[in-house]
Amino acid sequence: MRRLAGLCLLATIVVVLPILFPDNYYVTVVGVTALLHAILAVSLNLLMGYAGQISLGHAAFFGIGAYTSAILTTRYGWDPWAAIMAGLALTGLVSFLVSRPILRLKGHYLAMATLGLGIIINIILVQGDQLTGGPDGLGGIPTLSLFGWALDTDLRWYWMMGATLLGVVWLALNIIDSRSGRALRALHGSEVAAEMMGINTTAAKTGVFVLAALIASLAGGLFCHQQSFISPDSFNFFFSIELVTMVVLGGMASTYGAVFGALILTLLPELLVVFEDFEVMIFGAILMLMMIFLPQGLFVGLQNLVLRWLNRRRSAAFGAVGE
Amino acid sequence: MNVRKILTTLTASLLLTLAAGQAPAAEPIKIGSFLAVTGGASFLGDPELKTLQMYIEEINAKGGVIGRQIELVHYDDGGSPKKSVNFAKRLIQKDKVDVIVGGSTSGSTLAVMPLVDRAKTPFISLAGSVKIISPVQYWTFKMPHTDAMAAAKIYGDMKQRGITKVALISGSGGFDKSGRTQSLQLARQYGIEIVSDESYGAKDTDMTAQLTKIRDTDAQAILNFGFGTGPAIVTKNVRQLGIDLPLYQSHGVASKKFIELAGDAAEGVRLPASALLVADMLPDSDPQKPVLLAYKNKFEAKYGPVSTFGGHAYDGLHIALEAIERAGSTDKAKVRDEIEKTRGFIGTGGIYNMSPRDHLGLSLKAFKMLEIKNGNWTIVK
Amino acid sequence: MFDQILQFVLTGVTVGATYALVALGFSIIYNASDVVNFAQGEFVMMGAMSAIAMSAGDGIPVFLSLPLAVLVTIGVGILLQRFAIAPARGASVVTTIIITIGASIFLRGVALLLWGKSIFAMPHFSGEQPIHIGKATLLPQNLWVMGGAAFLVLGVHWFFNHTTLGKAILACSCNRTAAQLVGINVGMMMLIAYGLSAFLGAMAGILVTPITFTSYDAGVMLGLKGFSAAILGGFGNPMGAVAGGILLGLIESLAAGLISSGYKDAIGFIILLLVLFFRPSGLFGKATSERV
Repeated sequence: MRRLAGLCLLATIVVVLPILFPDNYYVTVVGVTALLHAILAVSLNLLMGYAGQISLGHAAFFGIGAYTSAILTTRYGWDPWAAIMAGLALTGLVSFLVSRPILRLKGHYLAMATLGLGIIINIILVQGDQLTGGPDGLGGIPTLSLFGWALDTDLRWYWMMGATLLGVVWLALNIIDSRSGRALRALHGSEVAAEMMGINTTAAKTGVFVLAALIASLAGGLFCHQQSFISPDSFNFFFSIELVTMVVLGGMASTYGAVFGALILTLLPELLVVFEDFEVMIFGAILMLMMIFLPQGLFVGLQNLVLRWLNRRRSAAFGAVGE
Repeated sequence: MNVRKILTTLTASLLLTLAAGQAPAAEPIKIGSFLAVTGGASFLGDPELKTLQMYIEEINAKGGVIGRQIELVHYDDGGSPKKSVNFAKRLIQKDKVDVIVGGSTSGSTLAVMPLVDRAKTPFISLAGSVKIISPVQYWTFKMPHTDAMAAAKIYGDMKQRGITKVALISGSGGFDKSGRTQSLQLARQYGIEIVSDESYGAKDTDMTAQLTKIRDTDAQAILNFGFGTGPAIVTKNVRQLGIDLPLYQSHGVASKKFIELAGDAAEGVRLPASALLVADMLPDSDPQKPVLLAYKNKFEAKYGPVSTFGGHAYDGLHIALEAIERAGSTDKAKVRDEIEKTRGFIGTGGIYNMSPRDHLGLSLKAFKMLEIKNGNWTIVK
Repeated sequence: MFDQILQFVLTGVTVGATYALVALGFSIIYNASDVVNFAQGEFVMMGAMSAIAMSAGDGIPVFLSLPLAVLVTIGVGILLQRFAIAPARGASVVTTIIITIGASIFLRGVALLLWGKSIFAMPHFSGEQPIHIGKATLLPQNLWVMGGAAFLVLGVHWFFNHTTLGKAILACSCNRTAAQLVGINVGMMMLIAYGLSAFLGAMAGILVTPITFTSYDAGVMLGLKGFSAAILGGFGNPMGAVAGGILLGLIESLAAGLISSGYKDAIGFIILLLVLFFRPSGLFGKATSERV
């Protein structure tokens, strides 16, 4: 029930913001980016936060989704929705094929393997310029339309991304509460122990890996039609690291934490822009300080602070009654 | 654009109007810009921003354009197209700029083009790719020579020297790759055969492996498209391996920094570049000479060695402002039309003659073939 | 053909020697504190940039600026441990990874402010006259890099196996509490480990910069390659890291020369993945079993 309350709160915020500020740059432009990042962070959090499998190559699946759809629509005249579906199918296939060998690895080795996978895919995007347009990118991607309603303004894209995010959060919450979700959390605790309890760890890990990849691919499909131009820079390993940072910054194993982390990391550079050359340094310092003082992440950390404060007030009240 | 800068501009304009005893100041003209001031392409964005700031300050001190002060709104996109898209939206929607002069890299420019088209805002790009102006897009103009022109200039020079077999080596950035594509496409037209096509990564530190392969082909010259550390390392590696072939670089290395980095190995390297680098060697009859010297002296007095990249910002800013002056307002459609009517504008890149079919307006003549001799540029006749 | 391959090998070993030093830095910090330090590449950049800055223009002579630059970098390493890593003790592995990523961004930002965005060159130690081996060539600086790296690697090996201090650091990494109980100053050992790691980074920077140039963002790629090399060799095994570094350099150079220069980095990572699929703990890593 508490989880659903959270979803309602999130939905309210997403819906109310553009109604209050319909023409605000921070809502319709930065907001769309924040929603997109939130979708990606929630999907990565399924893998990292709940299944405990670190991935430094998540941007690769985002990229496969985006490029498949972009190439099919611009070069072969496919319908955008069919192209997004094709992107999902390709991502599902690739992620399933690599999941077995990669998920056998643990800890830093897993981090390295996913990082390597991400870089290999990015190199293919850069070097395969016959098909991908190379580092100069691929333009002229048509926008989406939904039941005859063309997504041709920032505000309409905001609604599209917002709806997708709410759907993805709902999906994530359901999975976490389901039987397979409990299996996943057991995995995070101790893989060996989970196996002893009769959980098919390989199947559980593969499942969540493919699911996270599919959500990222969907985000990629939406992203390419929203931007109408994509280039490999948007899918490089720095972006993978940024996604991990969002998850950890918000608080691992908290879906809302991932959303919160995505929001902070999207807004921060927008706000720091006024510092010009100091921007890089300040961004690094803020990142370090937040992780040093709230190692469980901002969302979880702040939540705990509030709870502790409430508890203290409550116990103080009880103390007064006792006397 | 930092807060301090905005404040000083505003105060300065206020003081000026008070001193002149005029009616309250009119709205400033807003020039928007997004440049790669940090990141791998910062050698483009950095001098571009400095140039814009320097000249806007100067023009404001002289009273501005059509009686209005000029305000620069600038964001650093770090060379990332994704950031450029958001910043361009910010310029258009939040800052409500009148014209955009920016886009250091081709990726950033190409990403923003559909957007300015929809917002109907004139956009003068400072990036190199030929894709920006071919096909012509209604709201977008461009200042630097294209990579196709660079390749054509180089092939022309090779032909004169009787070179027909060329080994191509290029980086993996946008500029490099686009230059490589144009070189491959144009080769046949100039009767040139590409006998080797190698590449290297953006942060690679050693290209001897690729060059060893090139050494064992029958190439008569080496052509390197790239910028940053890559071309300097290629140049050094060529000499280290004792390869005694003419080495051509692109206009991507047209700054003193390249000679400084490559040192003695740079001797004899040829590259196409705008006349800015050799301003003092031009004959006095050259109409570009006074413009080039004025820009060069002004920039070098404040910031050090000049590069052709800052020059593009000079050209873009002045073409935009002259168009606003001719239009007599900042009406976007009128300003766009006036930019398109630019004729005989003498800039650092050459003499611009735009038309509805040509949004660059430069001819191959604008390029000079340079050779590095005794650590300095010389013009190849 | 033989000349070509010889050239590829010489190139690969030089590049690999740099990777090896960065990888060794990764290993030392990981062994001492279980932290993957993604700011390792920034140590390389800091060493080179501060040396260049100090002897620029009418600055101090090179023989003074080099040791000073190394000291500055060691200082940075110690500060990183003291003010960013030590306060977050007990945090999860990913949290510390984000802290070191934050630190690397911060250091890049500082370098950007201090020295700007230009690319800088450094003079070669002993001229640029190429040395010929058959048709293959080598610069004197390549020998400096290989020799310097070999010397440093042997030094580190000796330090950990034959000095009380080195063994004390190893003891901390095996069991912190036990080390404390036998009277080892664990906090001090951590500082020394980070200082040593920064020292290796700075030395790598000073050795290779005459060949490679440097700029404020030169550390990113080196850090990435160094981490890959450390994993390839088996994370936490210092000599494995060195072997991994040389191997990665060789793979890249041979791939560029014999297969495709555009895909050489991809080939490097594919081989790395294949190694991990068959040996999940790297080439020379110990297979670990999870404690339940």
